[in-house]
Amino acid sequence: MKPQTIAEKILSRAAGRAVIADDIVEVAPDWCFTVDDTIGTVIRYHRDAGVTRLAMPSRIGIFCDHYAPADSAEHASDHGRGRRYAAEHGIAHFFEVGQGISHQICVERGLILPGDLVFNSDSHTTTLGSVGCFGTGLGAAETAYVWACGKIWLRAPPTIRITLEGRLGPGVDAKDACLALLQAHGARLATYCAIEFCGPGAINLDIAGRMTLCNMGVELGAKTAFFAADQVTETHYRALGFSIDVRRAQPDPGAFYAREITLDLSAIVPMVACPHTVDNVHAADSQGRVAIDQAFLGSCTNGRLEDLRVAAHILAGRHIARGVRMVVTPASSVILAAAMQEGLIQTMIAAGATITTPGCGACAGLHLGVLGDGEVCISSSSRNFQGRMGNARASIYLASPATVAATAVAGFIPDPRKREKVLF
Amino acid sequence: MRIAGTTLVIGDDVSTDLLYPGRYLTVSDRAEQATHALEGFGADWPARLRGVAVLGAGWNLGCGSSREQAATALLAAGIRLVVARSTSRLFFRNCINNGLPVIADEALANAVQTGAWLEADLAQGIAGHAGQLYRFSPLPDVLLAIVREGGLMARLARVARENAA
Repeated sequence: MKPQTIAEKILSRAAGRAVIADDIVEVAPDWCFTVDDTIGTVIRYHRDAGVTRLAMPSRIGIFCDHYAPADSAEHASDHGRGRRYAAEHGIAHFFEVGQGISHQICVERGLILPGDLVFNSDSHTTTLGSVGCFGTGLGAAETAYVWACGKIWLRAPPTIRITLEGRLGPGVDAKDACLALLQAHGARLATYCAIEFCGPGAINLDIAGRMTLCNMGVELGAKTAFFAADQVTETHYRALGFSIDVRRAQPDPGAFYAREITLDLSAIVPMVACPHTVDNVHAADSQGRVAIDQAFLGSCTNGRLEDLRVAAHILAGRHIARGVRMVVTPASSVILAAAMQEGLIQTMIAAGATITTPGCGACAGLHLGVLGDGEVCISSSSRNFQGRMGNARASIYLASPATVAATAVAGFIPDPRKREKVLF
Repeated sequence: MRIAGTTLVIGDDVSTDLLYPGRYLTVSDRAEQATHALEGFGADWPARLRGVAVLGAGWNLGCGSSREQAATALLAAGIRLVVARSTSRLFFRNCINNGLPVIADEALANAVQTGAWLEADLAQGIAGHAGQLYRFSPLPDVLLAIVREGGLMARLARVARENAA
């Protein structure tokens, strides 16, 4: 058989036949999840179409993350409809308000395994490629269709291979690597393609860093983004008590790649994506004195324990600037509990930050940090489109957790590697 | 499958936040969704869709969030065809799977920037615009079949009816 990329390998298994890039095939996913902002539509579609039985209830999960706790009666009713539907149809997983963001929960609990094909009605499902899953987003009608039929059409993506070299320097984050890729190649680099991150630098990135890179794969246009399963993946699953088959999520030698790109991690500096596009990227220290009103630390891109540690380290013994507010939203309850255990939450509160319920938080622009007219936010999330954080008259800069924390303290965007100089 | 009408033109990298702002995600009524289509550009934009059948766009149309209202609001506002230089994967899927055909073709997308009357035969891959004839790759048959049926939910309803009969 022809050597296959990870994407071709996983889709071949899901389609029950050998698949190569650009084939349109019908696939049966291992999982099909949805989140609270889509569940109401899925249920309504089923009712309207006369669907009474689900094809795969044991492979379905519903996550309350986009507006949890509910910020309105309508959203609370969506949660209620989801709970009742899950109970009526024997849906395997219902993740309650406060448990966290779907992608974070999937990885940190080992819900999904390397080599799985996973759908979720959320564009950042690419995050799951960090553990070798083919994770990709679906719309509401598609999700309703999969829940009813257990399968759907998919176009097998060509793959772009990004070879990582070296190691990130101090004060530089996987987020800066994402922003560097966006700066160098633009937001259309991988439209309708898969990305495989590989090379000697991959081993230097932990699961958290891999999640950030795969998460922002969708900002490069990718359908899905992978790290091949390796010893980092095995260690992650072993700690959770699972043994995995890494071969399910590894490419064949000689697989065909549509494009090859090299990224030297050691050459990357702190970056910011300036308003209003994700690829309007510049070095963080090149922006002059951009004053900010809000700093947001959270999201499926950068709301993990590793991110909170970096921020708390910068905030320790300091206070955020006058007139600035800092909103911290851990990506899951597991992260929140661990951050409390480590004293990170106490440090951040002492510095003047506020901590919210775990979930998507301010990123989706629905609650917990919506911006005011003319305001400027620096955010560790993944999107700065006009209107993204709930106000078309506000501006969003995207940056790493370190840059977000250093900015909150300074009141304007500094280079986090030079924070001592900036602060005193 | 033939579609004809006037075109409204938008630019490159138009995100779903611009096509359909997140604060209206709870709106399920399609007629009400239509009143918010393109509202991210400004309050006067939904009205510009009146009498328009074709949305013309640049590169990377519908980047960002997976929200399918970006497609269904356009449908409800009367859009019957999207012509773009390229589209995001999720937006493309949401259009096709809700019965809104998409032509991703650079030459045709460049031509429709004038906003004039466009006629397209989706199965044949032929379009006429301002006296010029254009050829484009037609959608694969399996996707054209979904569009013809009115989207995946129409298909699901048919299957449910057949199973009940």
